[in-house]
Amino acid sequence: MSDVSFVVNGRRVSGAVEDRTLLVHFLRENLGLTGTHVGCDTSQCGACVVHVDGRAVKSCSMLAAQASGSTVTTIEGLASGPDLHPVQAAFKEHHGLQCGFCTPGMIMTATDMISRHPEGLDEATVRAELDGNICRCTGYHNIVKAILAASKTMSKGATKGKAKQAA
Amino acid sequence: MYSVNYHRATSVGDAAKLVKSGDAKLLSGGMTLIPAMKTRLAAPSDLVDLSRIKDLQGIKVSGKTVTIGAATTHYDVASDEKLRKVCPALAHLASLIGDPAVRHKGTIGGSIANNDPAADYPAALLALGATMVTNKRGIPADKFFKGLFETALKEGEIITAVTFTAPSKAAYEKFRNPASRYAIVGVFVTKGKDGVSVAVTGAGEDGVFRSKEIEAALAKNFAAAALDGVKVPAKGLMSDIHASADYRANLIAVMARRAVAAANA
Repeated sequence: MSDVSFVVNGRRVSGAVEDRTLLVHFLRENLGLTGTHVGCDTSQCGACVVHVDGRAVKSCSMLAAQASGSTVTTIEGLASGPDLHPVQAAFKEHHGLQCGFCTPGMIMTATDMISRHPEGLDEATVRAELDGNICRCTGYHNIVKAILAASKTMSKGATKGKAKQAA
Repeated sequence: MYSVNYHRATSVGDAAKLVKSGDAKLLSGGMTLIPAMKTRLAAPSDLVDLSRIKDLQGIKVSGKTVTIGAATTHYDVASDEKLRKVCPALAHLASLIGDPAVRHKGTIGGSIANNDPAADYPAALLALGATMVTNKRGIPADKFFKGLFETALKEGEIITAVTFTAPSKAAYEKFRNPASRYAIVGVFVTKGKDGVSVAVTGAGEDGVFRSKEIEAALAKNFAAAALDGVKVPAKGLMSDIHASADYRANLIAVMARRAVAAANA
């Protein structure tokens, strides 16, 4: 057994887990954060993507003990209050989901992707960056549209911020 | 996954001690080991996590000499500005491994210690004539990669860094399996003061190897056209559901041609 502690979605949490416990199972079973999904369980599908210390990772391929001491953000921690995060809003607006199973992972991957490309994204980059996330419903088209739209909204915000700084 | 005892090492010395317990394995990014444990293909009694050891992190570039800490992630290799200046081919290679989430966790040390016959880094390090630095010694790449999932590492030996001199020209071209993102064939070419070196991953029955035929042709003329008519023998190449040995042999020449063109661009 290992004692683990994290900051998950801004809350400090801790617990004792079997060393073999995967991060995704800790999130779902110990914390009840079932927004993070287990899809393939073989590191292919990306339904389990969360952010650990600001980077998108597959929580089914990491032990909870490995992540101990880290800051973790799950889909539940993305929005602030009742307002959807811009990526969530864009997925809703552009119908970037059908059954919704892959959506939490898609959105966590998209958020990470957008933050790594503050200069903006093009379709080819979005499609390449979605390598690790599988969707069986949409054919990806509306997911790509949603990410491009969210990237625009978010980089507008960033440019405004920069312009202010420059001024 | 079978039960396991997790240890987080605070230093390389600490890890060297911890790895002596039971049937322990070193854990870095865990992008191969954790999935292998989940399917019970691997069942170590203990895991010694190296990923938080500060000494194993980061990339140093001094002139043409590049040193990459073993626990440096693929993402950090791909996005390092200094490395992209002196050896963009290696940064590009790192950007082709797995997917973004895998690149955020997987490390160069983990990849080469595992020596998957279709992994990307072995081709680069063999072609670059890199040295694998361990807690005991330095091992040249051509003595390090010993066959399928086999390396020269001794029991309990820990890779701390890889180091090489950036060549004047280099490029990597990969024909990847779209599902696994491993190389069906990957070719890394370099041209430096020690001549031309061409290493192939994904194709050899014994893992990564240097293609003598392609090196000989390129030594005379480092141009894609120099490879017209050059045949790579299919003997010793893998055949599987993805590609036959003959197909791979042809693909090696095709990828080498593209790599040379990219290196000269």
